[in-house]
Parts: sequence; structure tokens; C-alpha cells
Amino acid sequence: MKTEVLLARFKMMLLMRRFDETVDRLYAAGKLYGTIHLYIGQEAIGAGICGELQHGDVIASTHRGHGHNVAMGSDPGAMMAELLGRVTGLCHGFGGSMHIADQKLGNLGANGIVGGGVPLATGAALSFKIRELPYVAVSFMGDGAPNEGCVHESLNIAAIWKLPIVFVIENNQYGMSAPVKDTYAIERLSERAVAYGMPGESIDGQDIFKVVEAARRAIDRARSGGGPTLLEMITYRYKGHSRNDPARYRPAGELDAWKARDPIEIVRARLLQDGASEARLAEITAEAEAAITAAVAFGEAGPFPDPKDVLPKVYA
Amino acid sequence: MIQTTTAETLFGKALNWTIATAMETDPNVFIIGEDIGQFGGAFGITKGLVEKFGKPRVLDTPISEAGLVGVGVGAAMMGMRPIVEIQFSDFLVNAMDQIVNQAAKVHFMFGGNVNVPIVIRTPFGGGVGLAAQHSQSLEAWFYHVPGLKVVAPSTPDDARGLLFASIDDPNPVIFFEHKLLYSVKGPMHESIERIPLGKAVVRRPGKDATVVSYSFAMHKTLEAAEKLAASGIDLEVIDLRTLYPLDIGTVIASVERTGRLAVSHEAVVRGGIGGDIIAQVCGSKAFSKLKGPVLRIGAKESPVPYSPPLESYVLPSVEHIESELRAWLK
Ligand SMILES: Cc1ncc(C[n+]2csc(CCOP(=O)(O)OP(=O)(O)O)c2C)c(N)n1
Repeated sequence: MKTEVLLARFKMMLLMRRFDETVDRLYAAGKLYGTIHLYIGQEAIGAGICGELQHGDVIASTHRGHGHNVAMGSDPGAMMAELLGRVTGLCHGFGGSMHIADQKLGNLGANGIVGGGVPLATGAALSFKIRELPYVAVSFMGDGAPNEGCVHESLNIAAIWKLPIVFVIENNQYGMSAPVKDTYAIERLSERAVAYGMPGESIDGQDIFKVVEAARRAIDRARSGGGPTLLEMITYRYKGHSRNDPARYRPAGELDAWKARDPIEIVRARLLQDGASEARLAEITAEAEAAITAAVAFGEAGPFPDPKDVLPKVYA
Repeated sequence: MIQTTTAETLFGKALNWTIATAMETDPNVFIIGEDIGQFGGAFGITKGLVEKFGKPRVLDTPISEAGLVGVGVGAAMMGMRPIVEIQFSDFLVNAMDQIVNQAAKVHFMFGGNVNVPIVIRTPFGGGVGLAAQHSQSLEAWFYHVPGLKVVAPSTPDDARGLLFASIDDPNPVIFFEHKLLYSVKGPMHESIERIPLGKAVVRRPGKDATVVSYSFAMHKTLEAAEKLAASGIDLEVIDLRTLYPLDIGTVIASVERTGRLAVSHEAVVRGGIGGDIIAQVCGSKAFSKLKGPVLRIGAKESPVPYSPPLESYVLPSVEHIESELRAWLK
């Protein structure tokens, strides 16, 4: 990756992290409603994959969708406004954290139903095929989702019709409290690909360089008519599943071991090695921080939506 | 083993106590669901069970609702008594085939040769900011399907007695628990005595009108009734407790006394259980006693939105129930 591109990814990852750290604080301060699922620790995946997409490509996100939104270029202010329930939010306050998305930027949506977005992404890929468009869909899912029936069905459909799609499992080791080893009898989740007749790869999801390489292979294959690929990205979520989850089910030391290979630090180290100056990195960090501070201000300044607008939105 | 101490207990604790007691007394009872083991369930209802009964009887499953309901149905066909926890009732939809086409049909289509004594427990309803896919009240869908029983208690003691009865029942039972009930406190008899399915109770006797409700909406409705009592309106509030079998007899008897009928639930009004109750009363001898139009109170016909002012607009509040009833009785 060229240094300029890597600097852009570095900033994207910082934005993701600062956004979610700020959301965590706002939550603790009682300023947010409902629940939140933080992306902290998984930034290399969203940034590495979405960064390879072109205008016209789409993704389907998950309940853990803040990071994917940032990666697709959503305005952090409108994201924050959504979490704060304001009319200025990406979904005008109707969706909240679990449904946050900017469809104009190619995000089919964050989704409160585990696995729910996978058929949608598959359908988007089908639309590209029917219309003979050169676009690709990326279906993000957690390690819990591949055990849902609709995910099996979608993978099979995508394979038999050679749809232009990349299925990405973000294996952050847990589905809520369930460790992956208790929900799979296989070692690597990419092994599932064999059953559908598509390539499958398991990749170090902490390392954006590995993520990007695999994403390029899979996206090129999809775009050139080769059909779907299943990528397992091996990663870790630093926080509990959602608000109020202290993650007591994790063995002692596990989190620290993963933090030792922090995805943002890996990029920082490479940038320094490639000759970027500490000053430049500090400048980018400050820019990301300022963007999130501005996002909170924008979010909090927005008015709440008007209840009289609810019923007119039920049908198109 | 039968004890009858009465203590103030949380609704959630009452469920936990009942499940534990049922598992102690019947080795055929077991519980399966997502995150119900060490984690204790998303709402903490199964806390301590895996420590007490071990893994084969307290099973954490993958995120596979169709599969986990289906394996429950299969085990029930073998004479076991599975309790299945579906983390949010919205995900019953993922398991719809197993519930509607399998669980509800097996006994009938095999000519009565086999039973499906499964209980599917699940939190439902809104009011906590979880938006459109985690806040629904879908009980009418299950009420609509012959072969299923549908239970929706509103108090800790009813949760206890009705869950025992649901576990005993030879039929599939969908057991709805409103999320806001888990922290509701009330007396609970530490007794294994059952509350029969299909028996409503009058929570507040009154003479001016009958208001039928259930689950958390019942508490809001009672509160609204107390407020109206202050202005001289005396409402009778009936808590159905079981939706199917429906205790229409208690409702009819009440309407014969009061001459007026309203229903109040959190589910949207359209196609809801309230409409069916009204149809049954209008088709009964109580029809001639009706002094005026009937009333249905429920959520606005919308998915549940996220933002607090929108959510409270869509869901029926105490004030909303009160003003609807007041306007209706004018
Ligand atoms: C169909 C369905 N079942 C259960 C849930 C509750 N739930 C939400 S997220 C989650 C865990 C998801 O785990 P995973 O797919 O690994 O994603 P992660 O949270 O780790 O990113 C569960 C059980 C849900 N939202 N939808």
C-alpha cells in the first residue's frame, strides 16, 4: 500500500476507534438510549475491506455496525446524531445504533437480526448480475451468524449462481457469551466454504496488510465473474458484547494478549518504518479526535424528531 | 417439598425459581437457548442453573433459532419437557417453521399419536430503546395458530404458577414475558401449585366498563383505571394471563355487569387479540347488554422506532390509555 493510502486507512481506523470510545463514554454518562455494540479491536477489517471497494459496490453490515459505517464514509456527526435519537441522524432517529446506515454510500444497513443482512447482500449481488453491472457486494457477519439457516442458504445460492459477492466472517472469538469453540466443530470457519463450492481463506484480521491482500483477491474474483469467496477474519472485540456486558466469560489475560497486536498500532509501526514522521501521525490523530468532538457537538445540537412523522414513514 | 411461604419477589426471579424447581422435580425438564449457561441469559433469567444442573440439562446453543426450537420439538416428541429460551421474541420469526409447521401440527396430523410438550419462553415488547427488530409484540400470530397455547403473565406469582402449568401441558406453549416485567415486584408463593391455563382474573372490580388486558400493558391499564377512579369512573380490569385458551367466560360475565368493553394491549391494534375478544363478546349473550361502541387500545400501527419521543408516541402509555378510556366513556 502506498504511504498516502495507508495514512488514509490509519485515519479511518482512528475515527472508528475514537467514535466508539466516545460512544462508550456517552453511554456511561446516560446520554444514549437502547444498546450499543462497539467495534473496538476489529478496525483493520472494516477499513481494509471497505477501503478496497469502488463507487457502486455495496456492503451489508451487522448489529456491530459503527465501524462499517465509518469505513463506508458515513458522516460521524450524522452517526452520532442517530445514536442520540436526533432527526439529524442517518436514519432520522428511527433506527438507532442497531440500524445505522447511509444507503447513499452503499451500505444496505446495520441489522439487528444475526445473519439477517447476508441474504440482502446476496440479493444485491444478484441485482448486479441481472443488470450486468461491474459491482461487488460484501456481506459482513460475526462468527455467530454462519450458524443461522439463512446464511447457509445464501452462501449456496451465491455459489450456484456465481454471484459477485464476498462473505466476510469477523471472527472476534465470541457470539455474545458463546466462545467459537463451543459453537463450531470445525477449526477454521472458512472450512465451511468447501461445502458450498467456493474458495475460503482464514486471515489474520489484526493485520490490515493481510486483510487487504485477501480482500483484493476475493473482490477481483467477484468482479470478474468468478463468483463468491468466504473470508474468515480472525480478530477480537476488546469490549463486552453490548452495553452492560462486563465480559466475565473471557479467560484472564486473553484481552491483553490480543491488545499486544492492536490493529491500529500495527499500521502506526509500518507507517513509521516507511518514513512517515511522528509529527504527521500526531497531526492525523488530532484530526480524527477533532472530527469526533465535532460529531458529538453536531449530534447534541440536533432536535429530536417529531412524532407526527412516524406514521407517514410506515409505508413508502 | 411443597412450601407456601409468600415473599416479595421479582418477576424475573420467580421465573428462575420456577425453572429450577421444575428441573429438580422432573428429570425430563431441561432448558436450551442462546447464552443461557454461565452468562445466565440476556435478561438473567437462567442465572445459576448451569452451576446447579450441569451442561447436559442447561444447554448453550449456537445462534440457530430454527434449529434449537426444532431440537426442542424432537426431544418433546420423545417425552422430554424442554424449555426453550428465545432471546428476543422477534427471533421467534427465525424459528417460525418449527413452531407453526412442526410443533403446532405434530399431535394433530399424526392422529394424536404423539405430543409436543415444549415451552418456548421469550421476552417481548418495547420501552427500552431497542428499536424495530427487538421490540415487537407478536403474540397474535401465535394465538392465530391452532395447536399452540399462548401465555402472558403479569405478576411474579402468575409467572410461577403458569410456567409450572405450561411445563406440564402436553402441548406447545409460547410463554411471553414483557421485558419491563422482569423488574416488577410482587408476592410469590414458593409453591409448586399450578395456575391452570385459560383462567383470567379480575384485577380491579368496577361497574362502569370492562377493560381486558394482559402482561405489562395490564399494569399500565390498572394505573390508568386508578387515575380515572379519582374522577368517579369505576373500571373493571381483567388480566387474561393466558391468551389461548382464552377465558372469554370471565370477560362475558363482566361485560354483562358493566355493559361496556375495551381491550388494552401493547401490540398494534390491527389484527390483534383485542379484536378477537371483541368479536367473541359481540357474538355472545353479552352483546345485548352493550350500551355503546367498544374500544381497542394498542400501539400505533408502526414498527417501534428508536428515538425516545418517537418510541413513546408509538407505544401506549398510561396517559394515553387513560385519555382513550376517558374520551370513550364521555
Ligand atoms: C436471529 C438473532 N438471534 C439472536 C440475536 C441476539 N444477538 C445479537 S448479537 C448476538 C451475538 C452475535 O455474535 P456474532 O455473530 O459473533 O457477532 P459479534 O457480536 O461477535 O460481532 C446475539 C446472540 C439476534 N440479534 N438475532
